[in-house]
Amino acid sequence: MSTTPLRLKELSKKEDLLTGGHRLCAGCGAPIAIRQIMLAADVPIVAANATGCLEVSTTIYPYSAWKIPWIHTAFENAAATISGVEAMYRALKRKGKISEEIKFIAFGGDGGTYDIGFQSLSGAMERGHDIVYVCYDNGAYMNTGIQRSSATPFGANTTTSPAGSVIPGKLQPRKNLTKIMAAHGIPYVAQTTPAHWRDLMTKVRKALEVKGPAFINILASCNRGWRTPTDRAIEDSKLAVETCFWPLYEYENGRLTINYKPKEKKPVVEFLKTQGRFKHLFSPENEHLLQHSQELVDREWEALLREEAMWKAEEEKEEQKD
Amino acid sequence: MKGWRELEIGAVTEAGSADEYNTGSWRAFRPRWIEENCIQCLFCWIYCPDSAITVKDGKRGEFDYKHCKGCGICAVECPGKKGKKAIVMEEEGK
Amino acid sequence: MGKVLAVTGNQAIAEAMRQINPDVCAAYPITPSTEVMQRFASFVANGKVDTELVTVESEHSAMSACIGASAAGGRVMTATSSQGLALMWEMLHIASGMRLPVVMTLVNRALSAPINIHGDHSDGMGARDCGWIQLWSENAQEAYDNLIQAIRIAEHDDVRLPAMVCLDGFIISHSIESMTFLPDEVVRDFIGEFRPKHPLLDVNNPVTYGPLVLPDYFMEFKRQQHEAMLKAKDVVLQVAEEFEKVSGRSYGLFEAYRLDDAELAIVVLNSAAGTCKDVVDEYRDRGVKVGLLKPRLFRPFPYKEVAEALSGAKVIGVLDRAESFGGFGPMYMEIASAMMSNGTNPVMIDKIYGLGGRDFMPEHAAQLIDELKEILDTGKVKLYKDYLGVRE
Ligand SMILES: Cc1ncc(C[n+]2csc(CCOP(=O)(O)OP(=O)(O)O)c2C)c(N)n1
Ligand code: SF4
Ligand code: SF4
Ligand code: SF4
Ligand SMILES: [Mg+2]
Repeated sequence: MSTTPLRLKELSKKEDLLTGGHRLCAGCGAPIAIRQIMLAADVPIVAANATGCLEVSTTIYPYSAWKIPWIHTAFENAAATISGVEAMYRALKRKGKISEEIKFIAFGGDGGTYDIGFQSLSGAMERGHDIVYVCYDNGAYMNTGIQRSSATPFGANTTTSPAGSVIPGKLQPRKNLTKIMAAHGIPYVAQTTPAHWRDLMTKVRKALEVKGPAFINILASCNRGWRTPTDRAIEDSKLAVETCFWPLYEYENGRLTINYKPKEKKPVVEFLKTQGRFKHLFSPENEHLLQHSQELVDREWEALLREEAMWKAEEEKEEQKD
Repeated sequence: MKGWRELEIGAVTEAGSADEYNTGSWRAFRPRWIEENCIQCLFCWIYCPDSAITVKDGKRGEFDYKHCKGCGICAVECPGKKGKKAIVMEEEGK
Repeated sequence: MGKVLAVTGNQAIAEAMRQINPDVCAAYPITPSTEVMQRFASFVANGKVDTELVTVESEHSAMSACIGASAAGGRVMTATSSQGLALMWEMLHIASGMRLPVVMTLVNRALSAPINIHGDHSDGMGARDCGWIQLWSENAQEAYDNLIQAIRIAEHDDVRLPAMVCLDGFIISHSIESMTFLPDEVVRDFIGEFRPKHPLLDVNNPVTYGPLVLPDYFMEFKRQQHEAMLKAKDVVLQVAEEFEKVSGRSYGLFEAYRLDDAELAIVVLNSAAGTCKDVVDEYRDRGVKVGLLKPRLFRPFPYKEVAEALSGAKVIGVLDRAESFGGFGPMYMEIASAMMSNGTNPVMIDKIYGLGGRDFMPEHAAQLIDELKEILDTGKVKLYKDYLGVRE
């Protein structure tokens, strides 16, 4: 199997497997990630998609923007649905009814992944299906009108965690799903953004390559929910990484690698201040909330650094033994 | 529109048919390509949410205005040549 | 022809599944159907079938995986009961709406609360509007025969709908009866090869399953499902005819028992029909013109045929092993609709019985026939809907 070099010139010669004419909002981050994922794959893909913006807006009957075999069944079960597809593939392959190499991807939003689909995701990963689960995390239930999810960042103003005079937006920090997936002990887990296209595509290839389940969490800007202009998807993703709000890292067979360390870690307010959903945090009485946002980011980033250092130290010890 | 006897059962849909759908009418702003400032980096192509930048033989071509929604991401991400952008956003209909 | 063995209902179902040898099974344990998948898992573990068994983490995922597998392009089966079916409910509609011929065994059990593991029909009746074909079975033999036929019915080109085969929890699933199995190759030939329609795994002909359908097209797809159900009735009869050729056992849309000249009729599903038939015989011996109708096909419901079979009855007692609180039981509603569209106007009463596995005894059947007879004689009905076998 030939692999297309990860250069835009070469990649642009491939067929785009998500057509234009879908009805996601102008400037939505999700389709950017999806296009990149499918461009990265050099094998046929069959996909399942959880209910949400991506699913609804790409398949309004009689139109479908997907050029690959694709199935949506419900909201909480993309992982279970793709499990069934993959099981059938194994059955038919074993019986000699199919010969092609096919890979399987499930797509879900943060609501469909962190929350309602969490059980079916965990189950599918534990069972060891040869699938890749991709979460496009835009930090809320966008399709139903920007309700908070467990992926919504601390302090964010959503329609069910509105910034009011008594409660200043979402009070809880984000659930760290990427870490939870790593705790499943599956062969590959990663976090990335579409702004970092080469990082994203490399990770998609690794995820497709490993035998067994893989999970990739992709930050996907939503200008409607984040309350940003429509041209911000890539810039805000870059800021998320530069502030270490959304570090780029991966677990390969349990071993952590941080793929990018900003030379100068920007304060998280750089990421927050461009987005209307955090506007209220910048009023003087909410100073402490901004501080807390920074603490949350620092805590996660430092834990990652410590963990990576531990791996490095251990490997050095191993080398000395040789 | 087709009646129930003619439609494929189970709402099984033709892959890629959204290509026929026009989302160009959503645009409030229209990207314009200034070829002489273009360095062919293809960032605009990889970052477009709507597959609305045509590329042929690894070279950028015109916008696909049938699908471009005018989000402006391409213009923001375009490095251009010597500080001069190769994509500018202009108000639609002006 | 075939082996005669003494087995439980669950064993009979597992054996049918072994002979059917589906491509994928996805299931989750729940009493009283657990044993089906346990046995099947041992068939998988011992290479007796080629099935991929997906041991999902919930029934919701079981049905989701069945849907994915079926759309992928192969034969798919599962089994469940009660809470398991309730948890699947969302996905039942999606299997039928996508026209996927998944075949499921439903070992009937009451729905909580209070939690109860015994047989009644509230699970299956709760799923009657989900777009699945429903075949109901009096005993293990019928359940076995129905399951094999269900494959052919569901996968028929005129149908392409999921199907469930229902049998009573514990009363049938766990009691041993003697029954006749078909030889493996007879089952294999009878069901034939699975013929996929738009398989997801055909990567050279990609399709989209499960788009968003707005008011402009939605009703057309529902009309198609209705059509498939209408056609399913004929297909059930065709398949039954073929099945009789290989098995010697004959099936229809329902069983009519001593109904030809009956003035009084009982309508009852599943295992309680056996008890009722014995009591009908006793009353016949005493000269009471009573008969019985036991529906087999509940979805689609064969209104015309049922009404014709019951057209001679003056008083009908419908037994419902499921409640519709504040309404008549589900079977009563169907029989009332049937009789209405037929233009005959018998007196009909509804008896709720056997909930949560409450024993249905011959004296209950006798009590019902006595009441029907009294209505015939006096023309007076005490209560159109009442409970049978409940303590005051
Ligand atoms: C069982 C169920 N509950 C609720 C819904 C309503 N619903 C549809 S999409 C959605 C939110 C999706 O959020 P997410 O997964 O984050 O995707 P996004 O729309 O943000 O891309 C909700 C709540 C549903 N379709 N099914
Ligand atoms: S609401 Fe947000 S996630 Fe949904 S389509 Fe619009 S931009 Fe994309
Ligand atoms: S304006 Fe947006 S949709 Fe149009 S070409 Fe540029 S990035 Fe694509
Ligand atoms: S981003 Fe700008 S410079 Fe690069 S290819 Fe597009 S138009 Fe040309
Ligand atoms: Mg979301």
